[in-house]
Amino acid sequence: MTDFRTPLSRARGSGAAGHGAAHWVAERVSSIALIPLTLWMVYAALVIAGTGYEGAVAFVAHPVNAVMIVLVLAVSGWHMHAGARVIIEDYMHRMLGRSALLILNLFVAVLLTALAVFSVLKVALGGAL
Amino acid sequence: MVELALPKNSRVQKGRHHPAPAGATKVKTFRIYRYDPEGTGNPRWDTYEVDVAACGPMVLDVLIHIKNTLDPTLTFRRSCREGVCGSCAMNVGGRNTLACTHGHEEVPGSTCQVSPLPHMPVVKDLVPDLTHFYAQYASIEPWLHTTTPEPQTEWVQSPQDREKLDGLYECILCACCSTSCPSYWWNGDRYLGPATLLHAYRWLADSRDEATGERLDALEDPFKLYRCHTIMNCAQVCPKGLNPAKAVAEVKKMMAERLV
Repeated sequence: MTDFRTPLSRARGSGAAGHGAAHWVAERVSSIALIPLTLWMVYAALVIAGTGYEGAVAFVAHPVNAVMIVLVLAVSGWHMHAGARVIIEDYMHRMLGRSALLILNLFVAVLLTALAVFSVLKVALGGAL
Repeated sequence: MVELALPKNSRVQKGRHHPAPAGATKVKTFRIYRYDPEGTGNPRWDTYEVDVAACGPMVLDVLIHIKNTLDPTLTFRRSCREGVCGSCAMNVGGRNTLACTHGHEEVPGSTCQVSPLPHMPVVKDLVPDLTHFYAQYASIEPWLHTTTPEPQTEWVQSPQDREKLDGLYECILCACCSTSCPSYWWNGDRYLGPATLLHAYRWLADSRDEATGERLDALEDPFKLYRCHTIMNCAQVCPKGLNPAKAVAEVKKMMAERLV
């Protein structure tokens, strides 16, 4: 069927969604936060690698370390969700497939983050010994 | 879904060969994209052996020479032949550029390949359909918006504020940048592309304009603006040496600044 809409109507589409700026800022802020957090995580991995099971549990159970690991996991989870979202928006053009993948991306990111954070809390709160 | 292969009816096939005329002294081969929408065949690559000693140094000179002496059916757009009008934007040797300001000797190798601007509908041969591109430009309302009653004389502007438009006003809308942008290839229906966004910033940066907020509102969209991932192809290919990526970054900065 011939589309008789004018080129300007097609270019304007449904107008501007009115959001995007906050996402853009949050992507950058989480990237900045991940620089020190990742460096700290490398340090933590080296420390844990040099100890046995009990040593690792004691390290994770320390309140400062537990909070830092939870921060690494939570910010990474959020950043991963934001990054994958951009890829889906870039390459998936059918509305149904795009919506389904965006929802799946959200669920996977939240599930992974929740599992990881719970694991740390279990160790930190004394459930691993 | 992103298009990794051309649709069947767009696959480019081997075309005709036009040998060098007798007595040619300096022969160079040009591989040129041909497509006739009135025919039934697929697009094809025609090769032309051109005596470059008999024509000017630019790719446009060669195209005009081919049309005049070898093949009058070759179709391309051109007007000013000096990099001012933007009509002869095409892909030369794998890079979008203006055929009139790009020397054929600048293209490395023995064969110079010429095709229309990438990922645009083709009207014929080297002529792309830029209707949507122009409509996107119109959609940002590229003129001065004011509410204050017009002054008796002109709207005044300081030399410092006028300088902020340098690097923006020179854009000739040739579409080299937008059609070199992968984000524009995949999402050109909604993403405005570097050329239109550069012009959007040209009006955002204009000290005389009174619609900055409305202009930003009209751009704040995950697709219209935020499909720019700073790939930088736009800045690499701009035949006028402009930096659309920087203009887009300035728009994003203005968006962020009104949030904090």
